[in-house]
Amino acid sequence: MDDLLIARSLFGTTMAFHIIFATIGVGLPLMILTAELMYQRTKDQDYVVMAKRWTKAFAVLLGVGIPTGTIAGVQLSLLWPGFMEVIGRVMPLPFQIEIYAFFVEALFMSIYVYAAERIAPWMRIVSLILVAMGALASAVLITNVHAFQGTPAGFRYEDGKYLDIDPWAAFFNPSFFVTAGHVALSAYVTGAFVVASVAAFKLMKSDFGSRVYKLHQKAIMISLVVGGIASFLTALNGHESAQYLHEYQPEKLAAAEGLFETQDHAPLAIGGFTDRETKEIKWAIEIPWALSFLAGNSFDTVVVGLNDFPEEYWPPLFVHTLFNAMVGIGSLLILISLLGIAWKKFLKKDHFPKVFLWTLVASGPLAVAAIEFGWIFACTGRQPWVIYRILSTAQSATTAANLGILFILFAFVYVILGTAVVFVLLYYFRKNTVLDDLQRAEKKSVPLFSSNS
Amino acid sequence: MTDALIAITVLWGFVFIYAVMATMDFGAGFWSMIYIDREKTKATNIANRYLSPTWEVTNTFIVALVVAVYSLFPTAAYTLGTILLVPGSMILLLLALRSAFLVFSNVATEYKKPLTYISGITGIIIPGLLIAVLPITHGEFVDYGNGLTQLNLGRLFTSPNVYTFIGFAFSSTLFLSSLLLADYSKTSEEMDAYRVYLRDAKIAGPISLLMAFCIMLTLKEEARWIYDRMMEDLPLLLTSLGFFLLGGAGLFLPNFFSKGVKGMPRLSVIAVTAQYLIASYVYGKAHLPYIVYPNVTIQSAFTDPNSFRAVFITYIVGFAILFPGFIYFWSLFMHDKKFLRQKTNPNQ
Repeated sequence: MDDLLIARSLFGTTMAFHIIFATIGVGLPLMILTAELMYQRTKDQDYVVMAKRWTKAFAVLLGVGIPTGTIAGVQLSLLWPGFMEVIGRVMPLPFQIEIYAFFVEALFMSIYVYAAERIAPWMRIVSLILVAMGALASAVLITNVHAFQGTPAGFRYEDGKYLDIDPWAAFFNPSFFVTAGHVALSAYVTGAFVVASVAAFKLMKSDFGSRVYKLHQKAIMISLVVGGIASFLTALNGHESAQYLHEYQPEKLAAAEGLFETQDHAPLAIGGFTDRETKEIKWAIEIPWALSFLAGNSFDTVVVGLNDFPEEYWPPLFVHTLFNAMVGIGSLLILISLLGIAWKKFLKKDHFPKVFLWTLVASGPLAVAAIEFGWIFACTGRQPWVIYRILSTAQSATTAANLGILFILFAFVYVILGTAVVFVLLYYFRKNTVLDDLQRAEKKSVPLFSSNS
Repeated sequence: MTDALIAITVLWGFVFIYAVMATMDFGAGFWSMIYIDREKTKATNIANRYLSPTWEVTNTFIVALVVAVYSLFPTAAYTLGTILLVPGSMILLLLALRSAFLVFSNVATEYKKPLTYISGITGIIIPGLLIAVLPITHGEFVDYGNGLTQLNLGRLFTSPNVYTFIGFAFSSTLFLSSLLLADYSKTSEEMDAYRVYLRDAKIAGPISLLMAFCIMLTLKEEARWIYDRMMEDLPLLLTSLGFFLLGGAGLFLPNFFSKGVKGMPRLSVIAVTAQYLIASYVYGKAHLPYIVYPNVTIQSAFTDPNSFRAVFITYIVGFAILFPGFIYFWSLFMHDKKFLRQKTNPNQ
């Protein structure tokens, strides 16, 4: 492997690992907040117990999410000094403002966890809202840097110099809202389905009709509602994201859809593999005219194909598969929520069928996989550029050689952290069962939340 | 004051705040490991009570510091990113293990001991590596050749000056954290723990001062330029020494306010913070205008003026919004007697 590929692999591994914790870290606070609000509405203790247990899981996940996020932020400078020099000059605001969001989250997370019993209930809700807002804002702001990489704005680039810099114009670059919206909504999808996964698994292991069973069933229902709304909105937003690609990064859309010939009435290819040699897509199901309609809301829309670009500007062609996998999982999650809510609310059945429960168990890992596919698609689909048509990835990389050993070390530490966090979560929730927490919640004299600290 | 000077002052402020918070943070983790078997004194409990709510906030400052470097001095970020690849990566790896296992040790209570050892040991190495960034910026370990800038690790790790910096970081971490924890345990009315930390501060303090002298001696040999410039502010360095002595007096004198208690740890904490503040001001001033000697100066590395203005406004607005949050946080965890004097700490 050459140094550039190792640098990309190292940073890619960091991001792939961090993104799991970051995404759940944005999604879970919304679930905790939903549970707290449900408690305020229904006064049903089960919701407090849920909030308490999810908070514990959140705090443990932060133990990995925060340091890996620190690694990601610093590694940007260590591996891509050329990139960060430009970002520092032109696009410093998102990182800067993200720090404040990060502070808000850190301060109020500690307050929510370690001072829960000492502050008024309304202050607990306020703290939680601030935690959720801080997490959301961090995700939105960091994604904004990614949006800028695809649709750079706020400067004039001449002879290798960045002139007339307007940092706020860079901040509000064309794809900011649509890209950040996609990341935020999909994080809520992931948070909800991760909860649904665990709840479905535990529900199958508990006796029908028992207290524990009922708690898990309630957890599944709020996950399906939150997850259903968020995944539907993610799909709407995803459609808009694709239209932005059509307008701003046409070769990325062409690679995602496996389109070579520029054409109107372009077909939408689902599945299959893109063949570089014959310049066509093989084994795909083609829906006539659909791509043109998706890209521009009309069948006459001309969609630019890869043939119109020099081959060295082509993104890697495997992004077609990643893109399909992401869209496929997203659609499946919408379907799961609709089925689950219909089954319970409209057909009024007590039992979920076993098959459905197992599908729910799979939904959390699938949602995380969709996040991974989406990010790999978004970042490799921008190659060979780190800032679209301005700065190439190769130019921005560190000049240091022998990165291989660092790659091994970081990968090793991620394996340790990933394994340890799973064991710690399993250990804690085996020692502190739902029943324990239900009993703590009933006895007012035993503080529930401080058993978290 | 020029914009670049304002910017470097902000950066220095972040370095100082992080340095103080981090020494307390890593030091508390270390003490919590050392006293883990001495349950009677509650020294470990006190360290954890401080550490649990604060480590995330402390960690945020290091990110704030890195972001400040690349948004205020992007060209310096380029050079620093290149030369700090190896030490920076080591810090990151240790920091990841340390933070994660700190959280794990509070959750998996049965495995508390091994987990605390991992976080305590990795944590105490970090300040030594962090401070190594300072001698690296003095320039003598950086090679410039055929267009490449590289850190010479062989020279770095055979330099006596670098080791005195590392020794200073280690002893200062123990000194500042034991001082703070002494004050913290006194406020918490844990007198056994108080006596333990008071004793530790008495030991670590003189060692850290000795290391500071050693830094100056080796600096004279290895980076004469900064030594000479620091000596221009000799009166300030002596003031700093004066505050050290005042801090020491606070440890040995009987308390004026409460009878029968030895030491005034609050006075010592304030005096010693002033000592470090003055010394780091002298060091920072002598370092100017260089960020990395001799090629990167604050003027040559400074960001675009438009970007600086925008970033500076966010600093003002951001910290104005955050300030009440910090105050509230402080009142809940550093000042609330009910929290500090909790007799039993469930699930700890």
